[in-house]
Amino acid sequence: MIAALIFYMFAAFTVGAGVMVISARNPVHSVLFLILAFFNAAGLFLLLGAEFLAMVLVVVYVGAVAVLFLFVVMMLDINLSELREGFLTYLPTGGVIALVLLVELAVTFGGWAFAPDVEALVQAPVQAAASGVTNTEALGALIYTKYVFLFQASGLILLVAMIGTILLTLRTRPGSRKQKIAAQVARTAKNSVELVKVPTGGGI
Amino acid sequence: MFAIGLSHYLTVAAILFTLGVAGIFLNRKNVIIIMMSVELMLLAVNLNLVAFSSFLGDLVGQVFAMFVLTVAAAEAAIGLAIVVVFFRNRGTIAVEEISQLKG
Repeated sequence: MIAALIFYMFAAFTVGAGVMVISARNPVHSVLFLILAFFNAAGLFLLLGAEFLAMVLVVVYVGAVAVLFLFVVMMLDINLSELREGFLTYLPTGGVIALVLLVELAVTFGGWAFAPDVEALVQAPVQAAASGVTNTEALGALIYTKYVFLFQASGLILLVAMIGTILLTLRTRPGSRKQKIAAQVARTAKNSVELVKVPTGGGI
Repeated sequence: MFAIGLSHYLTVAAILFTLGVAGIFLNRKNVIIIMMSVELMLLAVNLNLVAFSSFLGDLVGQVFAMFVLTVAAAEAAIGLAIVVVFFRNRGTIAVEEISQLKG
């Protein structure tokens, strides 16, 4: 009963925040509603028993991705009044396509059932909570053994993404003054200090 | 009503995915909101994976959800970098302007 109510609360907030993401007038509000949707989806993950993924969702999505979005939205100087133009023009098309997609998904999921021999196909059974193995521990044991190459590949993807992002946005501005460490280190007393014998009353 | 099964989670995920698709169609002036819609769709996919993983008793679904999360983070970073560079060059992020691919 309580679990069901909590599920409905998280689900309603997730869907409501999703609606606001695509319909908010101000992009900053969209990002904030996206964060709300992520938080509530993390709640749904918790209800499903995926504690590690719920925390990763909060840390990675809310802490990194959403803040990145917020950063870019605030950095770009966007004309707010122009942004909503065309919303109503595209509403019929988008609504029809969304409706068709939703009906298709409903038909698919409505007539869907587990295969009779599904128990035999389970690759990594979830251990019961009584055994003392937490979700994080079980996930780690699986990722670092059976899926270690996929794990490394996802690390490579992140590396490539990082390098690509830096490469795309890095720009060298002409005329900006920088410290030249090599030139500073290469200076010696011989080529920078000059001894001058000043005649009395003569000046340099 | 009060027994939450797999179908409840699948329904939420389907609605979220549909919202993401609708968001792509409705927001033709702002690439950033389109990218947020893509994030919503990936979240729906993750919800599906985790729901199946939980109700099937198979941990592999959560492993794959984590990989989807990784790819989503990389996609967001590169996409936003492209948006920033485009805005720097053209001063707009409207989708209609971006559709003309000439220097």
